[in-house]
Amino acid sequence: MESPTIKTNKKKSLLRRYFKQWDLQLMVIPGLLFVFVFNYIPMYGVLMAFQDYNIFKGMAGSEWVGLKHFKLFFSDARFFEIMRNTVVISGLKILIGFPAPIILALMLNEVRKMMFKRVVQTITYLPHFLSWVIVAGFATSILATESGSLNILLEQLRLIDEPINFLSIGEYFWAIIISTNLWKSIGFASIVYIAAIAGVDPQLYEAASLDGASKFKQMYLITIPSIMPIIVIFFILEVGNLLSAGFEDLLLLGSNPILRPVSDVIDTYVYRVGISNSLYSYATAVGLFKAVISVILLTVANQIARRSGNSLW
Amino acid sequence: MNKLTFGDKVMATIIYTALALLAFVSFYPFWNSLVISFNSGQDTMLGGLTFWPRDFTLANYELVFKDKRLVNAFFISVMRTGVGTVLSVMATAILAYGLSKKELIGRKYFMIFLIITMFFSGGLIPSFLLIRSLGLMDSFWVMIIPTLISVWNMIIFRTFFSQLPAGLEESAKMDGCGYWATFFRIVLPLSGPVIATLALFTAVFHWNDWFLPSIYITSENLIPIQTLLQKVLNANTVSQSMGQLDAGAAAHMSRLTTVTGKSLSMAIMMVATIPIILVYPFVQKYFVKGVLIGSLKE
Repeated sequence: MESPTIKTNKKKSLLRRYFKQWDLQLMVIPGLLFVFVFNYIPMYGVLMAFQDYNIFKGMAGSEWVGLKHFKLFFSDARFFEIMRNTVVISGLKILIGFPAPIILALMLNEVRKMMFKRVVQTITYLPHFLSWVIVAGFATSILATESGSLNILLEQLRLIDEPINFLSIGEYFWAIIISTNLWKSIGFASIVYIAAIAGVDPQLYEAASLDGASKFKQMYLITIPSIMPIIVIFFILEVGNLLSAGFEDLLLLGSNPILRPVSDVIDTYVYRVGISNSLYSYATAVGLFKAVISVILLTVANQIARRSGNSLW
Repeated sequence: MNKLTFGDKVMATIIYTALALLAFVSFYPFWNSLVISFNSGQDTMLGGLTFWPRDFTLANYELVFKDKRLVNAFFISVMRTGVGTVLSVMATAILAYGLSKKELIGRKYFMIFLIITMFFSGGLIPSFLLIRSLGLMDSFWVMIIPTLISVWNMIIFRTFFSQLPAGLEESAKMDGCGYWATFFRIVLPLSGPVIATLALFTAVFHWNDWFLPSIYITSENLIPIQTLLQKVLNANTVSQSMGQLDAGAAAHMSRLTTVTGKSLSMAIMMVATIPIILVYPFVQKYFVKGVLIGSLKE
């Protein structure tokens, strides 16, 4: 008979402690409720991928259809195209967009003129703060056929005879997407690496330079290994996002229907069939497919990284 | 101090050149658009405009500030950014402060509950249907409420709060302050840099977001400037027409023949960009630190 009393006592004291800190609890409860409503309820909504969702009947009344929408997607004539675009655009973004800020940080680290360094940093951070609408507007203007600066430059260098309509030719689209992304993100993405480099022990450099190591050797043998853990962590996160090739950039710069065979990725496809065509269940199934693959990729990348001693978890 | 070898000098030259080039490329699109926005539209159509306006005019801006829809969209953006930033930063900071207290019952579970949302989400369609069933469609608050709590910002806040010296809060407690009073009187005044950083990021998000209004808002008078700009630019590329503007402005425009769709778009783009550029230098020194706090959570 003893243990139940202790249990109730314990329960009581937990309850008492809880009510004693009601003002503290009041700080977190509203926030948690918000997150529950706006993040968890949509997670539950994912189940409609297995239904023929009917907007009038709601989720409770709609018919369950199993994997029908997934099969529809896999047999869609555009499935291959969309997957290819997603993986290629995302892959190119990682291949070029991932090392670029690291290289920028390494270069900035070599600059001794503080004024120059500050100006370069301020200017290269700036594009991060512009919206994609603005960036797409800039790109459209620079790439314009008649008055675009790029065509003017290429003509003056005598590299082309006639202006090129860059934004309506499929072959150029991926290059344009990669460049605009690089333009927008390189400076800001470099901040983390600059901070990591600043944390490297200066004695290492002194010792190396006494040993006669050139600046390049110091960069290669000290700086890069020192910031490796942070590089690995960011790389894992990138790989986990392999199926998120981008959304706003592709939607805005790829708005020309001619470009759709090269610009449509999973996310823009979900938007188009989901919001514009109201195929809710189908679009949710496509989105869920993407989420599942992403989690698998994240886990695999983390496992590989763990072998090298750096991992996210 | 260190002797520079020949190789070091070559490397330095390459680096300075590359960085100068990068700075130029980063700045040029902005400058070129500014030039076009101050140039008469007809002259711009002749092409060749690169560094300076050839036919300087303020007509583009005149038209922007005369168009009621544009001015209204600008104020909607200002309102959204102001209200959204204050509410979101406050709500997120209060949640983070509560979660920074070790004595909070359920703290571990609350954290897991929140962190899960950083990796899993319902995606576009279920969120869209939720907003619709909540009756938030086509209201000003749809731009504020769903993004009120940012888990990422909460983690940065929490890291900062838990690093504050414990003694400060204890003395407040001795004086009879509860959690709320301590938070507002002691903790917030000490959190200037981190608040500035996160407020900047939140404000930038609210100012720049065009997508949520484009799917959730249909009333003309609630559309923020970025969404309106997107519509204008889209109409320009597809049809090269200026049919987007209302009749009054169109009539006005035919009088001011100097204005074209392109020069007008550039002026709107500048109006949508300049507020950010004005705020940014003041907070730049803070956000570098803020990013660092966020990235060192691992």
